[in-house]
Amino acid sequence: MAQGKWSLSSPTAISRRRAVQGLALAGAGAIAAPALIGRALAASRTIKLGFVSPESGPIASFGSADEFILAGVRKAIGDGIIVGGVKYPVEILVRDSQSNPSRAAEVAAELITKEKIDLMLASSTADTVNPVADQCEVNGVPCITTDTPWDAFFFGRGGDPAKGFDWTYHFFWGVGQIVETFTGLWNAIETNKTVGALWSNDSDGVAVSNPVHGLPPGFIKAGFKLIDAGLFTPLSNDFTAQITKLKAEKCDIVTGVFLPPDFATFWAQCAQQGFKPKAVTVAKALLFPASVEALGDRGVGLSSEEWWSPDHPFKSGLTGQSAAELCADFTKATGKQWVQPIGFKHALLEVALDVLKRTKNVDDPGSIMESIAATDYQSIVGPVSWKKGPVKNCTTTPLVGGQWVKGKTSKYDIQIVNNAAYPGIATVGKFQPIAYGS
Amino acid sequence: MADWINTIIQGILIGGLYAMFAVGLALIFGVMKLVNIAHGDLIVLSAYVALIVTQSLGLNPLVSLVFVVPIMGLIGYILQRGLFNRTIGNDLLPPLLVSFGLSVIIQNGLLELFSADNRRLLAGPIEVATIKFSDAINVGVLPLLQFVLAVLVIGGLQALMFRTAIGRSFRAVSDDPRIAQLMGLNNRHIFGLAMALSLAVVALAGVLLAIRANFDPATGPTRLIFGFEAVIIGGLSSFWGTLVGGVILGVVQAIAATIDPGLQILAGHLAFLLVLAFRPQGLFGRVA
Repeated sequence: MAQGKWSLSSPTAISRRRAVQGLALAGAGAIAAPALIGRALAASRTIKLGFVSPESGPIASFGSADEFILAGVRKAIGDGIIVGGVKYPVEILVRDSQSNPSRAAEVAAELITKEKIDLMLASSTADTVNPVADQCEVNGVPCITTDTPWDAFFFGRGGDPAKGFDWTYHFFWGVGQIVETFTGLWNAIETNKTVGALWSNDSDGVAVSNPVHGLPPGFIKAGFKLIDAGLFTPLSNDFTAQITKLKAEKCDIVTGVFLPPDFATFWAQCAQQGFKPKAVTVAKALLFPASVEALGDRGVGLSSEEWWSPDHPFKSGLTGQSAAELCADFTKATGKQWVQPIGFKHALLEVALDVLKRTKNVDDPGSIMESIAATDYQSIVGPVSWKKGPVKNCTTTPLVGGQWVKGKTSKYDIQIVNNAAYPGIATVGKFQPIAYGS
Repeated sequence: MADWINTIIQGILIGGLYAMFAVGLALIFGVMKLVNIAHGDLIVLSAYVALIVTQSLGLNPLVSLVFVVPIMGLIGYILQRGLFNRTIGNDLLPPLLVSFGLSVIIQNGLLELFSADNRRLLAGPIEVATIKFSDAINVGVLPLLQFVLAVLVIGGLQALMFRTAIGRSFRAVSDDPRIAQLMGLNNRHIFGLAMALSLAVVALAGVLLAIRANFDPATGPTRLIFGFEAVIIGGLSSFWGTLVGGVILGVVQAIAATIDPGLQILAGHLAFLLVLAFRPQGLFGRVA
């Protein structure tokens, strides 16, 4: 029985497995060549997917839709998927990263060595994705990730565009699209083209503020003057120094990377200090309706990157649902307004299933890798194909610019106001400067 | 020049926030030598209590204090009598570990009940109201209110500690619990009252923090660290010391941030380490 569980993650994993499992499995499994056993009993085994996501801790809102998405995908999988003519049951093993990079690495290692997963999936911020991908790269386990800018995934892990990675692939938008989208928004209104920037000192903020690969050179190239107020420690209590600087330089535009609580502190202090920029377009902080509701009416007019919305013209290749239908289902199931990670969590799982269905030999990780590299798939977040990536291992998904407005059915809605980086998605409204009362 | 004055003023006002976090800790440590790791989570808990009160009764968060302070005080008393009293003895470690466990329980309990969504208490125009002295010098009404409340709370606690019968009991059990008991004090009850008082201050700190910034179930520990540092800079059980400690932290951070935003938090920690290295008992601590 126990032998049936052998899968082929990597030679290093096998030696570790022996150590961990000790006598219980030492008998037949350790003596015989694992490769043969895996192959012989393949038909009767379950395909195991690891799924690492932040479900508790400071960035838990990114994982808030996990349960809903997983339920839908498990239903679509039913009793299994067909790989190479054989039907395999699929088990998705969900692990909480607790918003902590060390924890993410730990659960990834456990999924690899103890659960012997066939394919690793991780999502939501570089703090989750990078440590998991690193574990997979070291252990030779196929890994697909999403929901952090590809630059943070690639350069954040010391990636070399000439070489790339062997085992880890990523789909999401990147810094280049942010530049195009944000500057597109700012060009739509009258400003002095002076941009003040603040960056959260975490994996995403550091990657995005990089003077070579990051946003700053892009903004300067697009004709904006950049006042860089530097990196700040997440959960700061005071932004006076930065606000003073932006005010002195007369910045009409504010941008950067914030966690939602930091942005709330910053935005209240801006008001207290009498700083009234015309456009505030920040990444990460304004993705969730809850974060905007926390700002009250002072959240209206703020703008953000928009990776996905019910207005995106894409359909799930797994369930056939449109973006709007998936969002409506989410609201029905949870009573909550849609959030952007819904689309990408679903896409991650449907891409994984597509990869597995095309895999020739599911017991051979190399075969799964071939299948990943050959992906050309229409997902609910748009086309995913690693043949057209900016670098090996990365491919981009559409990105548009959104602005928060007073909602019709919900308190506040984000609407698409710029599609410079992906004209295939229609805009819904026009970008407006922030209106300040009195 | 005016920019610098503004920076320092804001730093001092932040000190009020830190002092408010710190003073409850100092009280508990002073009376029963309990290092309460769950202090930050209790601050967040009181923010959620205020959230429920404001949403169900439609009150302004500042008015909701009328309910939140007694509720948290009661929770504090029950917590002490039902939990912490069982762990207090000659060893510092068991109560510390229990408070650590409590911290984990509160965070995950809140996550289950309220989800990970960011929340904030909406207090209306006061959030952004400001007193303008010049173009460069603006003092937010809310930070100012917070500072004034911190001063009042600390003054109040100081008076309570040294002018009243209950304060005398606090000091007695702190100085020597055994003798205090021989003199007819019920230590368990006194400890309960101290924790109740500490959580009443926590409630105030929690509501003010929740108006000022977003909170979610995981906010507690990160916000608490400055409270701890303020307590230690000020001298473990001195109330006015926590205010001075908070202000020192706030001002050092503000000045450092002006030089380079990346130095902001580091400079605060360095100031803390310097005090720890050269005056381990804190600026106003009694030498044991």
